[in-house]
Amino acid sequence: MWSVDLFANAIVAGLLLGGFYAAVSIGLAITFGQLDIVNIAHPAFVVVGSYTAYIINRHFGLDPVLIGVLFAPVFFLVGAAIYRVYYVSFERTGQESLSGLAFFFGLMFIIEVLLIMAYGVDYRLVTAGYIGQTINIGFVGIPFRMLVPFSVAAALTVGIYLYLSRTFTGRAILAVAQDRLALQLMGADPVRIKQFAFGLAIATTAIAGSLLIIIGPVEPSLGRQYIGRVFAIVVLGGMGSIPGMAIAALILGVVETMVGTFMGPSWSPAVSFSVLLLTLALRPSGLFGRK
Amino acid sequence: MIKRRSFMRASLASGVIALAAASGSLLSFAAQAAQPLKIGFSMALTGGLAGAGKAALIAMELWRDDVNKKGGLLGRPVEFVYYDDATNPATVPGIYTKLLNVDKVDLVVSSYGTNEIAPAMPIVMRNKLVFPSLFGLAVNDEFHYDRYFQIMPAGPEPKLDWSRGFFELAAEQKPKPTTVAIVAADAEFPLAAAAGARKNAQAKGFKIVYDKTYPPSTTDYTPIVRAIQATNPDIVYVASYPPDSVGMVKAAHEVGLKAKMFGGGMVGLQYAAFQKNLGPLLDNIVNYDFWAPEPTLNFPGINEFLKRYQEAAKGKGVDPLGHYLPPYAYAYLQVLEQSVDAVKSLDQAKLAAYMHKTTFKTVVGDVKFGKNGEWETSRVLMVQFRDVQPDNLEQFAGPGKRIVVYPKEWKSGDIVYPYKK
Amino acid sequence: MKGAAFWISIVAVLVAGLVLTRVVSNEYYFNALYVILQGAIMAVAWNVLGGFTGYVNFGSAGFFAIGAYTSIALGKAFGQSLPLPVMIATAAVVCGLIGLSLGYLTLRLKGVYFSIATLAMAIVFETLMNNWSYVGGARGAYILTPDSHLWFNSYIEMLFMVMLLLTLGSVAISRALNASRLGRGLASIRDDEVAAECAGVPTLRLKLISATIMGAMMGVAGAPYPYFVTFVDPASAFSLFVAVNAIAMPMIGGTAHWIGPVIGALLVGTAQQVITVTVSSELNVLVVGVMLVLFITLAPQGIVGLAQKYLARRRR
Repeated sequence: MWSVDLFANAIVAGLLLGGFYAAVSIGLAITFGQLDIVNIAHPAFVVVGSYTAYIINRHFGLDPVLIGVLFAPVFFLVGAAIYRVYYVSFERTGQESLSGLAFFFGLMFIIEVLLIMAYGVDYRLVTAGYIGQTINIGFVGIPFRMLVPFSVAAALTVGIYLYLSRTFTGRAILAVAQDRLALQLMGADPVRIKQFAFGLAIATTAIAGSLLIIIGPVEPSLGRQYIGRVFAIVVLGGMGSIPGMAIAALILGVVETMVGTFMGPSWSPAVSFSVLLLTLALRPSGLFGRK
Repeated sequence: MIKRRSFMRASLASGVIALAAASGSLLSFAAQAAQPLKIGFSMALTGGLAGAGKAALIAMELWRDDVNKKGGLLGRPVEFVYYDDATNPATVPGIYTKLLNVDKVDLVVSSYGTNEIAPAMPIVMRNKLVFPSLFGLAVNDEFHYDRYFQIMPAGPEPKLDWSRGFFELAAEQKPKPTTVAIVAADAEFPLAAAAGARKNAQAKGFKIVYDKTYPPSTTDYTPIVRAIQATNPDIVYVASYPPDSVGMVKAAHEVGLKAKMFGGGMVGLQYAAFQKNLGPLLDNIVNYDFWAPEPTLNFPGINEFLKRYQEAAKGKGVDPLGHYLPPYAYAYLQVLEQSVDAVKSLDQAKLAAYMHKTTFKTVVGDVKFGKNGEWETSRVLMVQFRDVQPDNLEQFAGPGKRIVVYPKEWKSGDIVYPYKK
Repeated sequence: MKGAAFWISIVAVLVAGLVLTRVVSNEYYFNALYVILQGAIMAVAWNVLGGFTGYVNFGSAGFFAIGAYTSIALGKAFGQSLPLPVMIATAAVVCGLIGLSLGYLTLRLKGVYFSIATLAMAIVFETLMNNWSYVGGARGAYILTPDSHLWFNSYIEMLFMVMLLLTLGSVAISRALNASRLGRGLASIRDDEVAAECAGVPTLRLKLISATIMGAMMGVAGAPYPYFVTFVDPASAFSLFVAVNAIAMPMIGGTAHWIGPVIGALLVGTAQQVITVTVSSELNVLVVGVMLVLFITLAPQGIVGLAQKYLARRRR
């Protein structure tokens, strides 16, 4: 069954899928990787992004990616507000680990139920001109349905990485997790910085959501399938490292696709998560993480 | 004198008492007659199967309103007592015991889907109740219950009958195809369908060159379809649930699948939202279905029912056309209604006997149950999509887009083979 | 709770349960109570590692489901007439070992890595069950109700008593853990692991013990499940709802004290059962979510915490 073109296609498909996974995980890389906030509701926000894309696409016919970008500021504000509640209730009192986690668990369910109540449980899809077309480079076929999310994800990842490493606010975000006191002494308000970071993370879910619904149909509880994946990617990549996260996402995408093509797709989740377990056992700081 | 007065008093008293007794029993009789007849069930109103469950409920409520307009069952108004089982089997035993022991329902019907039907079986069997069931694949193969009646027209051997038509069609083509790929989602129904497909393929002398399953959480189906393409199958049988069905169809198109026949057991291609979104990608796919608006399937009452369903379904976030589950949800209650009317009582043994021997006339045509509670003759249709226009929901409301190509009794057109020109 | 008072209460509850089976014949209540008790065992088990030690288990459904699948596998191998206690004991051993191995792999690290590992473990096991056709694979397995139900009126009454026994057993173990030297060691780990390590507490050994106990208890909660529900498939056994309830119940009840999870399970479990047969819709999911969010924002120590504060105020 092995052949060069099957192998090449599997690698390419894996990379495209991995790129998409990076878009979904990048927000969590910020909240969990850098701020140590276990936002288990992150995939639920991505699904909200998908629904936003669906509604606007259905009524105004706008391209889903464009919708994602347009609504990112709205999601940013929502994220900032949620962080405020989280901070006031938990971080300020030092309760964050367990209670914060439970808070986001509850939030995840609330989001899911509100979506069900508003839109029912039927699957939703978007229409866009490029969905369904494929470019063929030699014997490798690249569907637009996967290429567009990959390209947007790449742009998003690079953009955020540059932002975090080049701008003042960005570097403050990187600093706040590492040494809060030092940051305060340097004149930045850690709470404002964290709030900004959280808002940024949720803003990415608007875009990730639009990519998700380009790839396939979405229904309110779809987020649950991604919880494991996104946490695995952030941990595998190393907490706090955006490039690490991106590489981990690509690795996961390729592993899933290779197993799916050559072994049998039903083993893919077992392989991916066994890789994660091994990483945790042998090198818990992940590929690029800070120790 | 005293005797007369006391006699008069006595007779007056007894007359009053008699009158009171008579009117009392008359009132209680009237109260009995007006006492609602409760039908109890659980239904998936949230969770994975809720899309179909909610659509089924709408159809069932239409039946209830119809039957009450006609004066109810046994002169009593029909009332539903139902609870959401949330597509969670653990809730079903509690719900059915509550229905029977607390709500004291008179009749029970099932929820939707094997997962939700099976947990109720022990309870129903212990209480010796007639159990009309809504779409569970071969549930009774395990329980051998003689009061179980399945409205899904799978046929007496549900697992085999499901895919039989697909492979018979394939075997009829000239030149006869030789190789088959079978791919299924890792979930209860698709795996059962795939198992049947395997047997059918072998029985027809096909060689199986690909036989794998995938987890339902798969995001991208292109690698799977590519792997299938690498084995060069003539026929591809897919057993999938809605999101994967969409994924497989899109991937098949993107990869340029060269098979001569594609489809088989894809759930979801019957749903209006997907039909609209996939549009021309559906052309020439041969898939299972239970009803299509073809002239050969114009059963009495079906069109009026669908119009009313479509009206009631507006704005509820369920399948707008309602061709898949709703007609059967209506029909299985019609079966119950006709049985109760004929037997004129709620005696479960008599109802079961009547349901086994009668051919019922419903909105989905004639319904006759075999010994194991499944349909005596299979009516799994093989439907081929034809000339589908993009982004158009209304085209599916009428004939011509889903041609019935199997079985011969219900055929409305010939199969177009191979699948892609 | 003093020793004598505690054991008297345990016996009293057990007797009450037996009386219930004699007096009440309506099976509905036993079905509802079974689910609530199952939640209680899961909550108590989760709290051993989560509340006492401070390590959050996201993959509770994994242990629960493996307990259920142990029963199924034994039933297929030795026939379903194998007595339930054998299945329960085997599930305890299997899941205890899984807890131990998982702990050994990851408990040497920061708590959050353990949590991710539990999530990964649940997914790996779900995939394994999906592919293991002996227990039905993704098609699921049917477990027909056995004929014998000892001296009880019905099978569900017997299952209810079994669950009651298991719940009381778990509570007793949890209380013993809480009050013992082991429990104090665990509490020191929760409060400040580094300090505990410096003070000479054998942190790794204690963590491994709690992980093993937690795993075993969850397996025990899952072992009778196939007999309750008749049809088990990986998707429903490994459901996220089980995992969330296992976290929500102890958090709402209060994680520091052994009685917290019990209170939480009774409260949340009963609310869920009531809603299923009254309002009955997506509100059931909303209840868990809203209760969780409200409780932990307003009462982070749970109901036990509120009670303690109230009693402290009264004493003044």
